[in-house]
Amino acid sequence: MIWTAVIAGSLACYLLKVAGYTLPDRLLTAPAVQRVTILIPVALLAALVGVQTVADGAAVAIDARVAGLAAAVVALLLRAPFLVVVLVAAGVAAGGRALGWLP
Amino acid sequence: MTDDRRRAILGDALGVGLAAGAYAISFGAISVASGLSILQTQTLSVLMFTGASQFALVGVLAAGGGAFVAVATAALLGTRNGFYGLHMAPLLGMRGWRRLPAAQLTIDESTAMAVGQEDNQRDTRLAFWSTGLAIFILWNLGTLLGALGAGLIGDPGTYGLDAAIPAAFLALLWPRLTTTIMRTVAAVSVVAGVALTTLLPAGTPVLVAGALGVACGIVLSRRESKA
Repeated sequence: MIWTAVIAGSLACYLLKVAGYTLPDRLLTAPAVQRVTILIPVALLAALVGVQTVADGAAVAIDARVAGLAAAVVALLLRAPFLVVVLVAAGVAAGGRALGWLP
Repeated sequence: MTDDRRRAILGDALGVGLAAGAYAISFGAISVASGLSILQTQTLSVLMFTGASQFALVGVLAAGGGAFVAVATAALLGTRNGFYGLHMAPLLGMRGWRRLPAAQLTIDESTAMAVGQEDNQRDTRLAFWSTGLAIFILWNLGTLLGALGAGLIGDPGTYGLDAAIPAAFLALLWPRLTTTIMRTVAAVSVVAGVALTTLLPAGTPVLVAGALGVACGIVLSRRESKA
């Protein structure tokens, strides 16, 4: 199942890249299409932030991930680079669990 | 092209490549901690080679979503690369088979660096190929390091890797939140994603919440253009 997703997903992403070089311009430059293309990453990434922070299977669990995400927001406000943001979030969640403060 | 100009472009390419490599370490670690093998993780970095889609595929699979939902989420996030290609094709001026490797290297960073040189086609080409290749090599090296590292540790929760996943998505989202519409779309999508988690099967809340966010953005930008 994982291999199917890895190969099919890679193929889909590559075909989308090739489409940009081969499809006629007018298909892709329509204003409505462009508007949606700018919106898709924002909406999907935001939905992923929400779901991955609290989802535990099909249940909602408030745990150390929430504290980690809050720390990531602070790091982003301080203009920290990508890897620092990720490490700060992991560090706060791991630290909170090690001290027994967070589930 | 002067030597100074060439050196500056190659230096920038290496800098962007190193930043991407560091980011790839977190991808490799998170992917293996999420249950993918080292080979599956590395395959994504070689063949998919577009960060947000890779994180999304791994995230949806880890959350218990099926292959179809994982592929759909990754592909939707990959649509923007198609538009970059549309923009790059005339700038690179390529025909035939050369478009195939160029397409694989067409991602956020290589496009941004190439477009920055738009006044000179030789600079544009050098910036595109050097940035794309530097990122491809360092992205894959970083992935391998992260994947090998994660294989050595036990429960990912102990190291907060489960908290690193949403933080990685947030860091990708952050620079896109430039307008009120984008911030509203993001807020709607976050709330909808959380609310739908208990109602829909794993993986699908992201797609449905994303669709709601896009719909909300279309309504808002229509209203703005009328005003």
